[in-house]
Amino acid sequence: MDSRLQLSDLVKFMSKKYVPVHSHSVWYYFGGVSLFLFILQVVTGILLLFYYKGSSDQAYESVQFIMSKVEFGWLIRSIHAWSANLFILSVFIHMFSVFFEKAYRKPRELTWITGFFLFVLSLAFGFSGYLLPWNELAFFATKVGTDITGAVPFIGEPLKVFLRGGDDVTGATLSRFFGFHVALFPGIFVFLLILHLLFVQRQGMSEPIEASIKKEKLKTMPFFPNFFLRDLLLWLLVLNIIAILAVFFPAELGMKADPLAPAPAGIKPEWYFLFMFQTLKYFPAHILFIEGEVAGVLLFAVAGVLWLLVPFWDTKSSRGQLNRKINYLGVFAVLFIIILTIIGWIT
Amino acid sequence: MISNESDGKIIKKENRRDFLKYLLTTGLAGFALATIYPVISFLKPPKQREVKVSSVSAGLAKDFNTGDYKIIRFGKVPVIVIKDEEKDFRAFSATCTHLDCTVQYKKDEKIIWCACHNGKYDLHGRNISGPPPRPLDKFMVVLKDEEILVTKSS
Ligand code: FES
Repeated sequence: MDSRLQLSDLVKFMSKKYVPVHSHSVWYYFGGVSLFLFILQVVTGILLLFYYKGSSDQAYESVQFIMSKVEFGWLIRSIHAWSANLFILSVFIHMFSVFFEKAYRKPRELTWITGFFLFVLSLAFGFSGYLLPWNELAFFATKVGTDITGAVPFIGEPLKVFLRGGDDVTGATLSRFFGFHVALFPGIFVFLLILHLLFVQRQGMSEPIEASIKKEKLKTMPFFPNFFLRDLLLWLLVLNIIAILAVFFPAELGMKADPLAPAPAGIKPEWYFLFMFQTLKYFPAHILFIEGEVAGVLLFAVAGVLWLLVPFWDTKSSRGQLNRKINYLGVFAVLFIIILTIIGWIT
Repeated sequence: MISNESDGKIIKKENRRDFLKYLLTTGLAGFALATIYPVISFLKPPKQREVKVSSVSAGLAKDFNTGDYKIIRFGKVPVIVIKDEEKDFRAFSATCTHLDCTVQYKKDEKIIWCACHNGKYDLHGRNISGPPPRPLDKFMVVLKDEEILVTKSS
């Protein structure tokens, strides 16, 4: 076996990779957890594709069929739904831990940038997947969500029509979202993911700035088998958590979308959009001469671009110096997101 | 003499190279355009021919109790038909002017209500509270032997 596949080379290579050990080491695991959850999404997603039908007169019924007739269909769909939520949570944690560790600093700017786009794609996965069961809540949430993109100056209106596949949310929207969700996004995602992992592989794990300032040599542990086994153990744990959640809180389906029914009360976006949604509510109808929604969308766009470019304007960290302001900014962002999510949740 | 000749050759050669470069870049650009243009056009949803409707029936008046409402399809848009407390029929576009949700009639408060963000309109379609920025479009209602006909108000 070994003479054919040169496995020992691989093992040697992997055991030469080192993971720094320090008090913040836990955060290293969330990238791996995100990766695992993504794989889980791909597997359960493919399984669901065996029965799902992406058209407005069959989508709801096919999901109903999966939930009630297909053996373990409810389980697969519930895992897909739970794992999607945990995936986004894990991506959030991964991103913020990288931010606080300033691991984006030179020379890892490109890892950060690919990561940012992976993050945006994850949200897009969530948004497009939400509509696919074609139920009432998703129908109106998608109406509201795509209508907000219409608030973007200049490109908003064409973008909205492009997303909806027409002026309104209809079966055409469902077809598009289906295509995005199972073909376009996974393609781009996998490409970026490979780049992201290649960069990590080439450059090794980032070490905390404090350590390099104090010139202390960090303890390390070999990637293989030590870190790898820990990773595996954690993945197994995550899988168990998902299984428990899926069994005790299976995914719901609700009522079928009906364009001629009034919107039900309690239309809310998925929790990961809630903070933006809630913020938009605080904007007055008009600010100076622009509409409140437009101002809000612009504000988030600017914040997003600044976030993306942090490796370039945080020059202090790149020079290997401590930059407190970044920590304050990060704490502000985390608190902002958490508080507004909670407000959005309970109101 | 000889050097002049070779100079000429070099210039000629460079000209030729520039020309080739030019040909290649325009060719490539043309090719890219020829590929991208159809794709973008493909992604633009075709304009569906709108069926011109001038009036739509909302059913029989006797089927409506006071305070009842019904949402019907008027061409492509949903329209809400309400029988108010004065036993008059009113009709408005059912699409909330805020972010597109479908509205409903709240009998007890005598308002048209959007559940999405708690937008409220009065019985003239005017936005009276919540986020909606504009009033609802009005439709006309005529009764023709018990049948409720909704028409576009001009
Ligand atoms: S969509 Fe009606 S209030 Fe927001």
